[in-house]
Amino acid sequence: MQWQFWIIQTLNSVAFGGLLFLLSSGFSLIFGLMRIPNLAHGAFFMLGTYFGYTLLQKGLHFWPAALLGGIGVGLLGIALERFILRKLSGNEQGQVLVTLGVSFIIADICLLVWTGDPMPLAAPQSLRRPLLFAGFAFPTYRLVVLGIALVAAVGLYLLMERTRLGAMIRAGVDDMEMARGVGIPVSRLFTTVFLLGATLAGIGGVLGGPILTAYPGLDADMLPLALIVVILGGAGSLLGAFVGSFVVGFLYNFGIALAPDLAYFVLFFPMVLVLVFLPQGLFGRVQI
Amino acid sequence: MKRGSIIALIVAAVVLLAVPRIIVNEFYVNMASQVLIYALFALSINLMLGYGGMVSLGHAAYLGVAGYTCILLTITGYDQLTAALLAILFSTLFAAFFGVLSLRAPGLGFIMITLAIGQIVWGIAYRANDLTGGDNGIRLPARPMPFGIDIRDAASFYYFTLVVFVIALFFLWRFSRSPFGASLMGTRDQPRRMRMLGHNVWLIRLLTFVMAGFWGSVASILFVYYNLFLSPHALGLQQSAEILLMAILGGASSLTGPIVGAVIITLVKNVASTYVERWNTLLGMIFVIVIMFMPLGIVPGCKHLWRRLQDRRKKSTPAKITASEPAA
Amino acid sequence: MTAPALEVTGLNKRFGGLPATKDVSFHVMAGERRLIIGPNGAGKTTMFNLVTGDLNADSGSVKLFGQELLGMPTQDRVHLGLARTYQILTLFPRETLVHNVVLALLGLQTLRWNPWTALTGHRHVYDAAHEALAMVGLAESAERIVLETSYGERRRLELAMALAQKPKLLMLDEPLAGLSQGERQTVRELLDKIPRDVTIVMIEHDMDTALSFAERITVLHYGEVIVEGTRAEVVADPRTREVYLGD
Repeated sequence: MQWQFWIIQTLNSVAFGGLLFLLSSGFSLIFGLMRIPNLAHGAFFMLGTYFGYTLLQKGLHFWPAALLGGIGVGLLGIALERFILRKLSGNEQGQVLVTLGVSFIIADICLLVWTGDPMPLAAPQSLRRPLLFAGFAFPTYRLVVLGIALVAAVGLYLLMERTRLGAMIRAGVDDMEMARGVGIPVSRLFTTVFLLGATLAGIGGVLGGPILTAYPGLDADMLPLALIVVILGGAGSLLGAFVGSFVVGFLYNFGIALAPDLAYFVLFFPMVLVLVFLPQGLFGRVQI
Repeated sequence: MKRGSIIALIVAAVVLLAVPRIIVNEFYVNMASQVLIYALFALSINLMLGYGGMVSLGHAAYLGVAGYTCILLTITGYDQLTAALLAILFSTLFAAFFGVLSLRAPGLGFIMITLAIGQIVWGIAYRANDLTGGDNGIRLPARPMPFGIDIRDAASFYYFTLVVFVIALFFLWRFSRSPFGASLMGTRDQPRRMRMLGHNVWLIRLLTFVMAGFWGSVASILFVYYNLFLSPHALGLQQSAEILLMAILGGASSLTGPIVGAVIITLVKNVASTYVERWNTLLGMIFVIVIMFMPLGIVPGCKHLWRRLQDRRKKSTPAKITASEPAA
Repeated sequence: MTAPALEVTGLNKRFGGLPATKDVSFHVMAGERRLIIGPNGAGKTTMFNLVTGDLNADSGSVKLFGQELLGMPTQDRVHLGLARTYQILTLFPRETLVHNVVLALLGLQTLRWNPWTALTGHRHVYDAAHEALAMVGLAESAERIVLETSYGERRRLELAMALAQKPKLLMLDEPLAGLSQGERQTVRELLDKIPRDVTIVMIEHDMDTALSFAERITVLHYGEVIVEGTRAEVVADPRTREVYLGD
């Protein structure tokens, strides 16, 4: 019984960490490259969950729904970058505040369209039955979510380290002026990274649906977690987002399971320690 | 002071004093109290934003720390004055801690950290059921009786709030013209140069952060006295954003700006929530529009326009754009 | 007077892999006028930034009248008597000239922490500020906004802010850059009037003015000190000619 509790909680933590990675890897890349925290990122995640819900309602299968939901949010991300953020280029403070305004609009529209009732998303039929192994029952869907997050992590790693696009992003994160100077099309890069980040957040939202359910306030629950991941891991670092996501996943999940009253204290202390002793985060390239 | 400002000041004083006499309707008198409380919040965040160039998204944290402390101490049996003073003291100490953490990162990292800390305070209020009553919130048993004066009805509470507001405004006005205020504005414009002139930029910012926390805590106590109730909803990101927007909308580089912003946002919010449910969309849209098209805010924008009109009348040289208006 | 005002020893700074200063060492005696020259990218401004604390050195030592500066925050170094001007103007553009100087004066007074009294009520600060402006010939322009002044006036304002602090060591980063012939003359005369108890270290490209002003010259090249000596010695040295005088 005890064993079962620890194993299940550990699994829940890593699955949640996987979702956080989908959310915060994009957040971190956008921050690293454009130097702005995209405060609409939590709203992107929530919108993904709601998109997923509606697509499933329309009879779509889970995986196409996840992909479509992600693309839908990605297109919205492009719109935000092209039509609003670009108009404010150079005014980074204004850009951040605008993303906050947009997040309020998105959250309120979600409330209008999908009402205030929580809406659970159904996991794919084949993954609903627990996996029995060595006398323990494992929630299959969460294992799959973890798997997808790991695949996404490897994919992003290869993208960043092995492709031309990744090289350009890394150059931009390290030194934007230099990148501009050597002729990297910086503005197209911004759009691409925004598309990538928003799509990942959207897919994360759909995948998170069966675990978290769609509800108003999901955005405000997820955004601070993404912030803490980036503060812990360091901005602009994929490895930082990866490690940070699982650390936060564990702290948050075990915090809620063991001492629900103190769950946020448990998150707070590592953040304070990192801020005091390692202001660039564990793996940061950029001073946040 | 110029004669115009003295006249404006007298008119404002008369109007503020007469509010409960002009509008007898309790609903509107209460709204006026709300405006004053929010104006104090906006003025306090503006110490950082307007004078220091620091954008905080965690200002509602003081509402949590000061508000809950005040209510809990009162429930525990402390008298109202002690509870309020201890709450403000504790919340101001918290501001110092909050400031040390936030100032670890310059610029946009600062926004992120203040947001994260604000949300953590919210999360603690939400989760710590035993202490805060969680989602249901907790009540303050009754409004206090400062020096034996009854402030339970709308008009007396309005006057009580007005007294606190005017005292705060006087302090903030003195501050805005003081040497420390000038140093703070220097760190906003040229932090590196200020260091080279012998100023301790970090300490200037931290002290400002603490001062903003102090006045934010005072406003929080008023907020709790007004509502007699506090729940996590009052200290969410939306609250911090509203307060920040008031300062930006009105114009951050003066004392009048945040007050004007607080009046507009509080009225729009009350009107909007009476007729439509979509306050958040409206809030978001005001945010986007103000930042994209009116980055300096309403008060400096109007001043600029006024000067241009006057210049045209005089048919003199084109208006000089001087942003160094003495803050007033 | 033989105590060194500024002792720089083994100063190193790297950006990424590139050394910006390599083992830079030199002494400047109290009251001396020292010129630092070298081609663009020689590490002159970097060296200034290391002395003032705008940049952190990797290793080495910088002593001001025997006191170690490295590891000390910039503002504390200023309180020990260090002042500098910038090559790229870093003024408070929307403020009046006198307000710029007042900020410089406040930097060294405890008055700067006062949150209560009106700044404009402290006449003595303004008197001192006007005095400093008068010293550089800007008395008439005290109430003008920096944005409305000419480049030459701003250069002189930079100087006024530094002089107002009555420093012991004044570091001037290209005080003549971008000035007209007449303005150069004005600034030059100004520099001559600075009393001898102020030690001056100056980076300057205008060789005519600089050479006649300085007593000793240090030549930097690729972050290293390659020649140091009196005017005549440095000008005569073949290494100077090679890297700097261009033949």
